[in-house]
Amino acid sequence: MEATTQARYGPGDAVKVRSDTPQRHHRTPWYIKGKTGRVVVLCGVFPNPESRAYGGDGLPRQPLYRVEFDQTSIWEDGYKGPSADTILVDVYEEWLEPACRILRRNQ
Amino acid sequence: MSDDHGVHDPDHADAPHPGTQNDIELSDRAKRALAIQKLLIEKGVLDKDEVQRVVHTMSARSPADGAKVVARAWVDPESKQRLLTDARAAVAEMGYTLTHDAELAALENTEELHHLVVCTLCSCYPGSLLGPPPDWYKSFAYRSRAVVEPRSVMREFGLEQDESVEVRVMDSTADLRYLVLPERPPGTEGMSEEELAKLVTRDSMIGVTNPRSPQTVTA
Repeated sequence: MEATTQARYGPGDAVKVRSDTPQRHHRTPWYIKGKTGRVVVLCGVFPNPESRAYGGDGLPRQPLYRVEFDQTSIWEDGYKGPSADTILVDVYEEWLEPACRILRRNQ
Repeated sequence: MSDDHGVHDPDHADAPHPGTQNDIELSDRAKRALAIQKLLIEKGVLDKDEVQRVVHTMSARSPADGAKVVARAWVDPESKQRLLTDARAAVAEMGYTLTHDAELAALENTEELHHLVVCTLCSCYPGSLLGPPPDWYKSFAYRSRAVVEPRSVMREFGLEQDESVEVRVMDSTADLRYLVLPERPPGTEGMSEEELAKLVTRDSMIGVTNPRSPQTVTA
């Protein structure tokens, strides 16, 4: 029986994505690495894809969060749309660190 | 099928999957996938009949299924709330079981907010409700451009989004599949659920376009 997993973050928490570049399969896209966003919701607890990709059982399961980022903070001058535009990414807990509180650009 | 300058290629919008037709030239990737499949079957890891069964099950789903779910949410506020809080249960109540282990979530479009779904890592897609994804959705062009220039991509699909509307891209990187719940078009008061479902296109449930307006649907 696997242990209950306590989710570390909740809605509204500011989180920073780790900048690691492991050679193994991982599902954190490059464009959010090192970026800071806001947790929207805990999606649930899911098997770890970094284990499953290599035939592992994916345990222990891990909290997965929907994290919101301002497009202008991701792409900076590369984003041509309004500053209110956002991008949401589903990120596993081990890829997140607490960040200082940030304000939304349009607040 | 995908080209470097745009994403939307109407001539190849629904090209068949490799393996389901023998008279098209397969890409190197498709040939490799088929070779691996053949090897896995030869070695007894996969059962040939099971592969066919899964392909058949996935191919049997179509955007008409998702359209029914959307139309139900438009006419019934309780169904809409259920869809937004527990999409798996909501679609199960309409007779749709999810064909994979992943969860389903619905993203509601409003006057101020428009969602666009992509999978930059591969091509995750709510196939249980929409059927197989279109080739353009799986293309490098869409997967790379949707995250950095979503408004340009939507423009190519004919949707010009006002600057006052927040465009929110959803990159489905993990175990959730996302379905956009588009805004109900104006001028549809009094339409039946069946008539409303005809307005809901596959592309509006991905978020690259909006649903059709009632004037565009012939009786």
